[in-house]
Amino acid sequence: MNQPVEFSIQTKGLNLWYGNFQALRDVSLNVRHGLITSLIGPSGCGKTTLLRCFNRINERYGSVKTEGEIKVLEKNIYDSDISLIELRKAVGMVFQRPNPMPISIYENVVFGLRLHHERSELHKADLDVAVESALTEVGLWKNTKDRLKENALTLQLEQQQKLCIARLIPLKPEVILMDEPCSALDVDGTRAIEELMFRLKGRYTILIVTHNMAQARRVSDECVFMLLGELIEHLPTEELFSNPQNPKTADYIEGRFG
Amino acid sequence: MSRHRWELAVEMLIEWVIRLCGISAIIFVFGIFYFVFREGAGLLFSGRFSLAQFFTNIEWYPTSQSHVRYGGLALIVGTFSVTVLAMVIAVPFGLCAAIFVSEFCGPRLRETLKIIIELLAAIPSVVWGFVGLTLMNSVIISLFDTPIGLNVLNGGIILALMSVPIIVSIGEDALKAVPDTYREAALALGATRWQMVYRVLLPAAKNGLLAAVLLGVGRAVGETMAVLMATGHSVRIPTSALDPVRTLTATIAAELGESSVGSDHYQVLFIVGILLFSITFVVNLSADLIVRGIRGKA
Repeated sequence: MNQPVEFSIQTKGLNLWYGNFQALRDVSLNVRHGLITSLIGPSGCGKTTLLRCFNRINERYGSVKTEGEIKVLEKNIYDSDISLIELRKAVGMVFQRPNPMPISIYENVVFGLRLHHERSELHKADLDVAVESALTEVGLWKNTKDRLKENALTLQLEQQQKLCIARLIPLKPEVILMDEPCSALDVDGTRAIEELMFRLKGRYTILIVTHNMAQARRVSDECVFMLLGELIEHLPTEELFSNPQNPKTADYIEGRFG
Repeated sequence: MSRHRWELAVEMLIEWVIRLCGISAIIFVFGIFYFVFREGAGLLFSGRFSLAQFFTNIEWYPTSQSHVRYGGLALIVGTFSVTVLAMVIAVPFGLCAAIFVSEFCGPRLRETLKIIIELLAAIPSVVWGFVGLTLMNSVIISLFDTPIGLNVLNGGIILALMSVPIIVSIGEDALKAVPDTYREAALALGATRWQMVYRVLLPAAKNGLLAAVLLGVGRAVGETMAVLMATGHSVRIPTSALDPVRTLTATIAAELGESSVGSDHYQVLFIVGILLFSITFVVNLSADLIVRGIRGKA
């Protein structure tokens, strides 16, 4: 791709059902490339469901039915020539609770490389470089360089979450999906992850689900408000908070429900 | 007032009954160990019995008129060979089944399979022995062209079939105990389901899976009736899987009824019992400590 794409993720008329329950209703969304976009809305509004569509991890549950179009990096992710593995390499995900694997810090970072390459293709020196650059990028290198062989679960929660971001980097993703990445962290941990998001902005398109409206306002360039499975409003963040067009958005951000 | 006191007394009584039931397991274990040990101890320390002979000699002639010999080595090797063969079959089979039930099959098939596996675990051992004696016997005779099909292979297969349900259900529990967040982490990084299983789940569940295997071993070592019927009951060191053997358990079951109470023969059978008890105790205890190790870490 020589021409920079304008939108990293596009959906058109997306409907999704869990069994008989419709969780997403006719969602059409364009997520701009290289920016941070936040998804806000009350519990059960479908924001996490929507996020989990973009790497098709929703499909773990047998009863999910999806209708409509989802394009990631201008390719329909349901096309038969798109491999799930390639999609998930391009679209990384950070979860609500930090979930490093119960293996060493080093192995966590190279986990993705080990998945996608034959053993003979991976050389120790290359792996070492990948680990150092990924951990440096998330600001963990200084604290962990002497303890790379230790189990990742010995890290503090905030560091674990940074490690979960670091392990995406060796796969060179274009998009990073974050599902309430700070909800298990304290104030300092939240600030550290938010600062990290600013550093990653531009190189990666970041889509973040958050319960915390103040966080959406702090970190995101654009903001999407959802309610009962529908996309109500999508505006630049400052505009959405200062001058919402839809009265439901106004009610929510002013705290009249939620 | 009196009604109140009466209720309090009943409350206390119930509490004591429940407490007694709770600690009864400890009493039973120590009680059984004590009685088995007491019955065998007389001979063990009498000088007419040598532990060295018991563990190294293969001549088991407890009722010989001229020269009584209590060489238990062939019996120990018999138990060991049948157990090892059973585990060689049951461990890969059981662990694969556990992985399938836990990770690869749909919810409806999973429930069905779990019910059937529990059913399999509930089949009485004498019925398994019967299968070994009739069905497996003729299958082995026709497949391997041997004169008789009651041997290590037969006993090993029957014991494997009996251990698999235990390995599957405990192994499945161990895999289910791995947090789902690990699965999602691996899948979101582009792992296939099989990569997720062997790179994440197996390392994370390894203690639980080891415990499942050890409990299977414990089952196989202690099993009596099925091996008595399926192994051919002949005291010797087997040189191939098609040789008949006799196990420690089968020896007790077959001979205890014919020995007179308190005789040397009777007492040596109890020494065999002490040995068996010790083996299963160690195996079960290590399985338990391993399981506790997982819980402690999590």
